Amino acid sequence: MKRPPIYGVMAEFDSPTSLVNAAREARNRGYTKLDAYSPFPIEALSEALKLPRSKLPLIVLIGGILGGLTGYLMQYYVTVIYFPINIGGRPLHSWPMYIVITFELTILFAALSTVFGLLALCGFPMPYHPVFNVPRFALASRNRFFLCIEAIDPLFDRKNTETFLESLNAREVSEVAH
Amino acid sequence: MADEKQTADQELRPSAIIAPGYTFGTVTDQIASVVLTRRTPLFWVTCFAAGFSLLLLLLWSMALLFTKGVGIWGIKIPVGWGFAITNFVWWIGIGHAGTLISAILLLLNQTWRNSINRFAEAMTLFAVACAGLFPLLHMGRPWLFYWLFPYPNTMGVQPQFRSPLVWDVFAVSTYATVSFLFWFVGLMPDLATLRDRAGNRLARGIYGILAMGWRGSAKHWANHEVASLLLAGLATPLVLSVHTVVSFDFTIAIVPGWHSTFFPPYFVAGAIYSGFAMVLVLAIPLRWVYGLQGLITDKHLENSAKVMLATGLIVAYAYIMETFTAWYSGNVYETAAFWHRMTGPYASVYWFLITCNIVAPQALWIKKVRSTPALLFLSSIVVLMGMWLERYVIIVSSLAQDFLVSSWRVFHPTRWDWATFVGTIGLFTFLFFIFIRLLPMISIFEVRTLLPEAKVEEEAS
Repeated sequence: MKRPPIYGVMAEFDSPTSLVNAAREARNRGYTKLDAYSPFPIEALSEALKLPRSKLPLIVLIGGILGGLTGYLMQYYVTVIYFPINIGGRPLHSWPMYIVITFELTILFAALSTVFGLLALCGFPMPYHPVFNVPRFALASRNRFFLCIEAIDPLFDRKNTETFLESLNAREVSEVAH
Repeated sequence: MADEKQTADQELRPSAIIAPGYTFGTVTDQIASVVLTRRTPLFWVTCFAAGFSLLLLLLWSMALLFTKGVGIWGIKIPVGWGFAITNFVWWIGIGHAGTLISAILLLLNQTWRNSINRFAEAMTLFAVACAGLFPLLHMGRPWLFYWLFPYPNTMGVQPQFRSPLVWDVFAVSTYATVSFLFWFVGLMPDLATLRDRAGNRLARGIYGILAMGWRGSAKHWANHEVASLLLAGLATPLVLSVHTVVSFDFTIAIVPGWHSTFFPPYFVAGAIYSGFAMVLVLAIPLRWVYGLQGLITDKHLENSAKVMLATGLIVAYAYIMETFTAWYSGNVYETAAFWHRMTGPYASVYWFLITCNIVAPQALWIKKVRSTPALLFLSSIVVLMGMWLERYVIIVSSLAQDFLVSSWRVFHPTRWDWATFVGTIGLFTFLFFIFIRLLPMISIFEVRTLLPEAKVEEEAS
């Protein structure tokens, strides 16, 4: 696919309410390649943008199960196969004594997969992103709210999309260079 | 007039955890300005200098320890654990309040935590760093610490997984890692704020790298929220398990005064008790120096004081039950251990600890005490001292007088015991003040969510 001349068109809003309304409106218009930016999490926004459910819990579940298995099997291998010590004839496979480390490694692996999963799902670390080309976007981490419709959207049209965004009560609409 | 006052009061009440008049912009500017200013307050310089001097003392005593060995401490058989393990348990306990605030209160939807969780988590991290130092220093040959981990080696030996000391290694290192991850995930959006607001090119670059490209997109936030909740859910059982495992170091031994089934909950309550005391010791001067009374309000101090009072009562109950079971068990060694504790060579320490931990904190029932920061600061110091003495009495008095009278020996700390302990307070202060200067000590994005303007007004559709 040919790369469009710009990344997209971005509108700036004053309040979370106008951002959510604008996002919902754009979604209803049929735009699909769009993203909203805010200085804090807004629950209604994911719903307005119809974002899919996060895959993170599944990643964490798998990580946790792997951690638990690693912990248990490591101890089993060491105490039963690799380095068995006979203490007064007690069983080598002393599973109650394995619980603590199994638990700790479950938590450790699950927590590591949460963080690495989060980074992967967000595409971090990301050294460059076009939205930062809009000078006012620095306020997205302070007190302003932005909605960006990307040029790769099938409905995107430089003129029409701009007029549409302007009609949504935006403070300012600007083009985002690549 | 009366009506007007009442409505004003009602408007104030729901937001008592944040002063009225704040907006997204002012919250951001106020918290970020502590970091992004060129001006460093004299208070910061003084505390940092004090912390740094004590850190040098720590390094000096560590250098001496490594050259001469643990003989520079007062530990002699039967008291082999002395100050090092006392300090370890005390520091790790302090860390627990940070995780309680950041994880458990998040799951319980206690939004007042939003303005104190960041520095409480930092406190956890640095307290765990101080705690982790002690078992290493106590090892005698600290350069062989990696023998604690199972790794393929030419000696053909492996750690004993049935020992609580090995459990401790796993519990504490997992705790340190998870606390760091939780802290870092919470910091990402705020690092982005600092990146966007820093005037200095170098600062912008460093914060930018650390923020990893955070741009506050709805997709980021959705994943971030899920990640925070999951980490909170993982950290909650973890924090309870860590002090439980620490208490196993004692309960699984057969030393009278240690061998007791209720140590795990007793230790966890004590940990939260001392941790909240440390939160108050840090929060009270900080909010005063940086003028953050609007964000860390009297409500926060009062809530923390209430948690302290509640956990203090659990600790008091544990002391009573500990003594009761010693008597009720009819075990002669157990009874003797407690009798020695109350009347023997450690009696003065024991009664001083009871005064600090049980008697003095009863003052927190009085609202006037809870709402006067100076008094709260004082009672927190008393609790911190009391909790340190508690660990000391449990460890040292139980070891000093065990089964055989002929092996009894009273422990006398040397100046290097004190130097190492005070030195870690220096390490903690040093790390904490670096944190205050370089990173936002209050979570900016979580405070934004508390503002009334953060609410999305739904249209009637």
